[in-house]
Parts: sequence; structure tokens; C-alpha cells
Amino acid sequence: MKTRRDFLRISTVGVGATALGLNAFGKGKFKWFDPEADEPVSDEDLTPYATYCEVCFWKCAGWAYVDKAGRIRKVVGNSDDPHSNGRLCPRGTGGVGMYYDEDRLKTPLIRETKSDGSQYFRKASWDEALDLVAKKMKEVKENYGPEAFGLFNHGNPGAHLEHLLRAYGSESNAEPAFANCRGPRSSAYFSTFGAYIGSPENTDIRDTECLVLIGSHIGENMHNSQVQEMSAAIDNGATIITVDPRFSTAAGHSTHWLPIKPSTDIALLLAWIHVLIYEELYNKKFVDKYTFGFDQLKEHVKNMTPEWAYGITDIEPAMIRETARAMAGAAPAVVVHPGRHTVWYGDDTQRERAMAILTALLGAWGKRGSLYLPEAVSVPKFPQPGYPEPEWTWKDLNEGKFPLATMGITTELLKASIPRLGYKHQVKAWLVGGTNLPLAMPDKKLFKEAADSVEFIAVMDTMPMEVTGYADVVLPEATYLERYDFIRAAQNRVPNIALRMPAAKPKYESKPGWWIAKQIGERLGLHDFYNYDDFSEVIDWQLKQLGTSLEEMKKIGVKSFPRKSGPLYLGENEDFTFNTNTGKVELYSVDFSDHGFDPIPVYKKHPEPPQNFYRLIYGRAPMHTFSRTSNNHNLWDLMSENSVWVNPKVADLWGLKRGQKVWLKNQDDAVTSFPVAVRVTERIRWDSVYMVHGFGHSDKKLSRAFGRGASDEEMITNVMVDPVMGGTGMRGNFITFLKEKPASVEKEDKA
Amino acid sequence: MRYAMAIDTKKCVGCGDCVVACQTENNVPHGYCRDWIVENVSGTYPSLDLEFRSERCNHCDNAPCVRCCPTGASHKAEGGIVLVTHDKCIGCGACIQSCPYDARYPHPEGYVDKCTFCIHRVEKGQNPACVDVCPTHCLHFGDLDDPNSDVSLALKDRKWKVLAPEAGTKPQLYYLI
Repeated sequence: MKTRRDFLRISTVGVGATALGLNAFGKGKFKWFDPEADEPVSDEDLTPYATYCEVCFWKCAGWAYVDKAGRIRKVVGNSDDPHSNGRLCPRGTGGVGMYYDEDRLKTPLIRETKSDGSQYFRKASWDEALDLVAKKMKEVKENYGPEAFGLFNHGNPGAHLEHLLRAYGSESNAEPAFANCRGPRSSAYFSTFGAYIGSPENTDIRDTECLVLIGSHIGENMHNSQVQEMSAAIDNGATIITVDPRFSTAAGHSTHWLPIKPSTDIALLLAWIHVLIYEELYNKKFVDKYTFGFDQLKEHVKNMTPEWAYGITDIEPAMIRETARAMAGAAPAVVVHPGRHTVWYGDDTQRERAMAILTALLGAWGKRGSLYLPEAVSVPKFPQPGYPEPEWTWKDLNEGKFPLATMGITTELLKASIPRLGYKHQVKAWLVGGTNLPLAMPDKKLFKEAADSVEFIAVMDTMPMEVTGYADVVLPEATYLERYDFIRAAQNRVPNIALRMPAAKPKYESKPGWWIAKQIGERLGLHDFYNYDDFSEVIDWQLKQLGTSLEEMKKIGVKSFPRKSGPLYLGENEDFTFNTNTGKVELYSVDFSDHGFDPIPVYKKHPEPPQNFYRLIYGRAPMHTFSRTSNNHNLWDLMSENSVWVNPKVADLWGLKRGQKVWLKNQDDAVTSFPVAVRVTERIRWDSVYMVHGFGHSDKKLSRAFGRGASDEEMITNVMVDPVMGGTGMRGNFITFLKEKPASVEKEDKA
Repeated sequence: MRYAMAIDTKKCVGCGDCVVACQTENNVPHGYCRDWIVENVSGTYPSLDLEFRSERCNHCDNAPCVRCCPTGASHKAEGGIVLVTHDKCIGCGACIQSCPYDARYPHPEGYVDKCTFCIHRVEKGQNPACVDVCPTHCLHFGDLDDPNSDVSLALKDRKWKVLAPEAGTKPQLYYLI
């Protein structure tokens, strides 16, 4: 009898079914979620503690429920929270797995060298570890200036370290969230509308009549309220148009799926713009009143007909026209989703510009069902001295390139760490917080050389991620369920704040990020920046300025405030000055023109896979966040490894069977460290393969995640840099299949 | 009273949240689950259809697991919920074999376990944990005899199907299509 507990071989009802849910059945060894209490406990017998999630960076507020024995039993959404609306996503629900993970970093670690030259980590006391970090920071400051101490950061952990470095005198920081993710979107929308998109995105999906997804895979990308709103849009009968070479979950729920040839999105966008203009379907009122450069745009797209785009994109002209008309029919209640991970082909800021222009032509800005006008609570700064002014910052590392970058560029910070490359300003040491660089960034060689070049690396994390293996000092951070953190004050329809407080004492010897940063700061004589004993004092002070208190927030978790910036939407014919050069929405970008970039997007052909190679497309699975959740037992139960999606035609050609393990090799002869299972599926085009990002961990300390699946980042050696803002385009890599274990991997195994 | 669930396949994204929420709510040991996701793909690129289903015990009206249980551990509770009394269960596994939905598993403590529709919550007027967590609002629970219950309202005006109707079990999970 076939069983659902037989992973990947299930076929309960219907053809081609696969099941999630169980991996470990029959292993003979059971790990209990909670050995002492196997019966469910009623909510009234549990104590809720306010928190907001850190399994991803949507930061949904919720309640950690703790039983009478002090055990965290579950985490549930806070119903007053607009990020979660009382419902966490699988990662948030599985957040307890991060707290209970037995592989967590337990004590500080210091790298030592034996007499034979080999190195190992020694368990250290907090004093030893913190003293060493402070000593190195002092040395770098004396020898090179504080600016030479760089920071790779993400989320709350990174923000505590950022405060430390700013107080110390360095602003040499970068986070993968910019150049390896959202950067093109930020720069493009800022140049067009004079406003960033921000997070959570100000997309009014809930009330839209037409949702356009260009490669965005909502539903697999599990940004909570967005997924909820897409569901509401389905209920409301909205038209959903999804452009993706893969039949994504969103495509499966769409009215129209446009199975585009990868790398040709700009041609499709220009053809849509052509139809809107030449069929006179665009929003004339909006264009006349608020935009700049319409005539140039009209001339620019004159010949970019759907027939022209068909030859490039594989999308039939009738479908291009039909979808353009559907958008126009729904306008202005259209959300052309700006996307989030937007670094694809190196001309990504231009693609994002084309999306912003399309949005403007539809008048789909500041209107119900389009992009609403977001507002965030401004949390008062805790009284502290101003930061010292660094002599140079991350901006200077770009050496005049990437003029429209608005945040530090990770790859430039890496390059500045390599003396051989002769950067004017050199980085000599790193702090790393909240980001696992080896699995988060392309071009592994560059990372390795940079890590080898710097004099000192300290990493703060909760788990023995790959990046900790490069550290001289490892600082074990408490999980989000065990610590106070910054007040969440992200933008939304209604300004609101959320509290994160500890639901349990930190396990092992881990400590909250704020505590770790403060201890280093105190050792550096920066007490004025840490003039409190406990971070809860900072939060309480800030909350009181906002008219609430820590006491109140502990009871409610989330608090909303009245809007101060005016209505959620723009009034009819309301005068509005956009924060751009011309004060208008720039269809023709003055910024781009001034810096020598195409002021209106141009489609440029990208390289195609050579024979026997397939374009690598990667993305997300709803139950995982990058590489940070792969070892979380609750989430590992749902998905323990990734697979490589292969079209059946390709599988036939290569003789690949479902579940067969293969190694991948790319155009630069890079080979994956681990094999990955083949998933034969119609859901992917024949010229591409697809992998979920974040698997293929190589750190053996991750007992569940080690060696499970393959890392897409290992296959991304060709990085197409966006000249506008330094984004690292990663979709120009091509892979082929190796059925036998390659000699290079064999060799590394032995070493 | 007849408890039932409707699952909207037009909205489910197969994220597995229902599986994790059940695991934490009911202390389901790692490596096991009471609910799970099935993904069905049909067609040929680019003419494709995709259906995700959140599956669990169907709490059948004509439940083969209850009929075949030698000790009476598997039984029907109020509202048609099929339950297993752990103390009475000898772990023989007859019910596991009889279930056309493969909804039961042998708990390492020696009894057979499955979805209870979170009866400990339902008794207090709450929804099952999976229903309350679902980010797509694709799960609807309630009393079929009450025309205003969530499940009755969800089934009104929508096409639905049940799984393996040929087994004659009269399942009480309705998939909206």
C-alpha cells in the first residue's frame, strides 16, 4: 500500500502528487517536540508573551504561549497586527523550532591554532570573547582608523551591531538585503516616484482589481499579509496576471499565466507600455497632471509592438494585448508588484523602472487597490550623544561607481577587504550579525578570499551557520523568543508598533544581541551610547514618549496610532509634489540621464544557455527562510532538502528519473558540494531548472541540514553587476547534470 | 450536529502552516503528522493545472477504522468526530490498514494517533488550530447542521468534491474546486 509517509513516492489520489509533511518516519529514533507533555494544553492554561517573529523579516507580531513549567508551547499571531492578522505563516508557527534547536551555538567560541598549525574552536567565557573583540576593535582603530572595521548586517541582530560600530566611528556596513536583493527596486522607484517601496510593501492587494506579478512568487514567498491579501483578491474576483518561466503557485492561482522566456521581461513590459499608449488606454488624467517625459516615452516605445515582443519573450501578441487591456480595465486599482528579490540580470534597475512606468501609466499610485501611501510611527531616539563622523563610509568604497546606490554594497565591502584589489579605502576586520554570507552571496571565491584577507572576524548568530566557520570569535545570540529588541515600527496602512519581549530565559549561555553589543561598547569606553542596564529601559522610555508603556505593550503586543500624514489615498485631482528632480513622476528619468544611464528602459539581449546547459532559476519555499531555517526541526519536518526541477523533456533527454541524485556543474566548472534530487515536473520550462534557495549546508554542526540538498549559491559564479546601484544579477548562470560523483568533490571529501 | 471541514483549493498555497500548527498544538512528535499537503499537477507545459490540498482524517460518517477496531478505542464522539482512546488502543494497526486516506500513524508511545479536529479547542468554541492559522483562509470548520456555520457558508454556492468517494466512507472533508 502506498503511504503518505513514503516521501516523494506518494500518490494518494491523482497523478503526479507529492506530499510534504514527513521525512523521518522509520528512522527508529524519535525526537520529541516536548517529551514531558504530550497532551494538548488549553490556551487558558498558558501564559502569552508578546513577540514579533524573526524567522523572516516581515516581523509578524504574535504571542509565545508558555506553560506552567516555563516551556514555550507554541507561537500564535496577534490579531491586532496588520503584518499577521492573527495568523503566522509556517515559519512563524514553527519559530519554536529555532528556540528548541539542539544544534544552537551554546557558548562563545575562540579560534585557536595548534603547534602543528591546525585550527580549532575553543569554548570560551563571555569575558574572554568580549575582551578579544574589544581588543581587536581598538587595534584596528589605532592602526587603520575605525572605518576599517566593516559590518555585514541584517535584521535586529545586525542593527545592534550597527549601533555599536556607528558609536565606535565606522559606517562601513552593508547588508545582502540591498545589493543582493531589493536594491534595484529601491533605486528605480525612488528615481521614478521619489519614494521607496519599503517593507512591508505598500501594495494594496486586498482591494485590487488586478494583480500583476513579474516573477514574484507570493505563496512560495510567504510574506504573510501579502499572502493573505492575495487570497482576499482571489475571493474578490481580481484578475491575477503572473509572468514567470515557472508555473509557480501564484501562476497556478492566476487568471493569466505568461510563461515567459527568462531574461526578456523588459521587452514584455515595453510592449505592454506600447499597447497602453498606442491604444490610448493609459490614464490620461494622471499622466497629464503628475508625470514628466510622456512624449519621449511614447516615441521610445513606438516600434515595441506585441509582435516585436513575441519574438523575444515567447508570449503571443494576443495575450500581451489581452493582459494590457485587463490592466487598463482595472486601472487605477492595479498592483504591478514591484517584487522583492530583484537582482536577476544586471539591468534590474531598468526592469524595475519599466514596472514603475507601467504603474504610472495606469495611474496606479496612491489610489485604492494600487500602491497606497504608507505611514510608519517615528520612534523617538533614546537620549544619547550623536555618532562620530567617519572619515569615509560605505559610499566611498564604491569609488564613484553605482551612483544611485542607497545602501552599502556587500560585494564592494568584500572587495575592499582584499588588498590585492587596491581599493583606496581598505577594510581590515568584520563584524557579522544576522546573515550567513557564504549561502547568502554569489561568487564564493570572492567571499573566501576576502575572509582570508581580513585580520579579524567576529560573528554573532544563534546557529552554527557556515559564516561562523570563518570567525575568530563566535558570539552565541539568544533567539528572538528569549530577548528584548528594538520596537517594530514598520510602515503600513495604519502606523503601528509591536513589542518583542523574552518568553523564556536564554538557553545555554546565549545572550541577547543588545547585551553583546553593549558589553563590547562598554569595553571600548562607549558608555554614553549604552547608558542603561537593560534594553527594556530603552524600550520603556521610547514607549512612554509615544504615549504608551512597556507595561501596556506587554498586554497588547501591538498598538496602532492615527495617521498624521493624511489619507491613505490621493484625493481626486489633488496637487502633489513628488520627491524627484522635476517634482513629477519621471517616466523619463533625469537622474538616470544625468548619470549616463538610459533615461527610459531599453531591452537588451542576455546570453542564453549553451548546449546541454540550463538556466538556473532559484526561489523560495513557503516553509523556509533562506538558509537560516534549514535545521529548524519543525520546518525540516516539512521540507528537509531542495530538489532541482527539470522539465520531463529534459529528463528524458538525460535519462533522469524522479528522485535521482545528481551533482550540478555550471558554466565556470563549479560543482555543487552535495548531490540534489531531481524533480521531474511540467512546472518548469525546458530551457531552465529551478531550485529552492538555502539548502546544501556544509557545516556538520547542523545535524539535520548538513549535506541535505544543494546550494544554488555555489552555482552562481557569474555575477552581472548593475551599473546603476551595484546589484548582483544572479540569473545568468547555466548548469548541467553530473550523474556520477565528480572527482573534485571526492577529493574535498577526503580532505 | 455534524462537524465538517471545507478546504478551498482555489486559495491553498500548500505552505504547510496547518501541519506545523497541528504539530505544536497537539505535540505531535517530530517525524509524524496528523495533517499534510498534497500537490497535484496536471497537463503539459504551458497548459497546466495545479491543486494543493490540505489533507487529514475525513471523520467519515461510515468510518472503517471504527468498525474494524477490536477494542473500541476508535470511536465516534459528539458531532461525528472520530477519536482514538489512547488507553484502550493496543496499537494493532487494523485501523491504519482500513483507512483509505492513510490518515493514521502509530504513535511511538504505542497507540494509534490521528487528527481530532482539535476537539479540546472545539469544545471551547474555538476552531481547530489548522483552521485558525491558515494565512490564505482556505480552511472552514463548523457544524453542517447549522446553515450559518463557516463550513455551511463556504459550501454554499461552491462546487466541491470529496476524496475517494468510491470507498463509501462518507467523508466529511469537502474540497472546494
